[in-house]
Amino acid sequence: MFNQKQLDAIDNEIQTNLISAGIDHVLLVDMAGNTIAAHDNGKSSLDSTAFAALAAGNYAAVDAMAKLVGESEFSLLFHKGEKASINFSKINEDTLLITMFNKEISLGLVRLKVSETVDKISTILNSG
Amino acid sequence: MALINVKTREVQIKIVYYGPGRGGKTTNLEYINKTYTKQIKTKMVSLKTEGDRTLFFDFLPFDVGKIKGFDVTIQLYTVPGQVKYNATRKLVLRGVDGIVFVADVQKEQRKKNIESLNQLYENLDTTYKLDLFKLPLVMQYNKIDLKNSTIPVLPSSIMQKDLNSVLQVPAFEASALNGGNVIVTLKKIISSTLASIQDQIF
Repeated sequence: MFNQKQLDAIDNEIQTNLISAGIDHVLLVDMAGNTIAAHDNGKSSLDSTAFAALAAGNYAAVDAMAKLVGESEFSLLFHKGEKASINFSKINEDTLLITMFNKEISLGLVRLKVSETVDKISTILNSG
Repeated sequence: MALINVKTREVQIKIVYYGPGRGGKTTNLEYINKTYTKQIKTKMVSLKTEGDRTLFFDFLPFDVGKIKGFDVTIQLYTVPGQVKYNATRKLVLRGVDGIVFVADVQKEQRKKNIESLNQLYENLDTTYKLDLFKLPLVMQYNKIDLKNSTIPVLPSSIMQKDLNSVLQVPAFEASALNGGNVIVTLKKIISSTLASIQDQIF
């Protein structure tokens, strides 16, 4: 269970690093499919409850595939669409950061921002 | 394990419908979806094969309202029942808070019910170090409507002996197709699960 201070710090990191950089939606979910934090840029809507369940399932399936080919994990997943793309990054054994962004923002910038945010959220989660 | 968010004052609870293939797990969720349209804020998600068999899971979030100031959402999942999908069954069980075991009362399914329950015990134990005996669990003996047909069905006394003689959890005869005892089963697992996690929340 995360405390109020951790949740505030996580929200702050997502807002300042990711949403303000132009990312449309950011979800922090646990591997059971529960949503810990959900943020968006206010311009588009997303059924985050169903998305979190599917994302956790998707990540779990890929993780199981990684083990079948002898990898300990695929810590990063990326789905590219015509207009929108999705990036999945594992934070720790129990949590996953999902970012959805449009073609206006470069993949390189997203990866850089996500990587920084993953480190920061990881530190916050360990501080609990 | 239930997710409790102290900031948004939300509790998310995961309940999994488990059981052998073609037993009626998805039908249970479809009936709940149809009955409680007001409490269900999102569409039911079904990942299925062309033949309408569950491939990965069905997902249905269900609001039960406020309990001591917390908004409680129950997330209902099913697993794929077919034997070959055990890898995905294990994935869906991650973080489970309560289980409904949907058994098929048809006589010819007797062995499959027992095998599925044994596998549930093993999957929880080996993958997540969870003890089925300590988790909230409700048995549902489904397809009781077949009693009126020519298909041979097992009486509940045999089902109880096969599946529930040691576990001794609440059990209901049901007919998921026309909704018989679907809601009773749901209410029972919700109350058992809430009781088991109340120490964490309140």
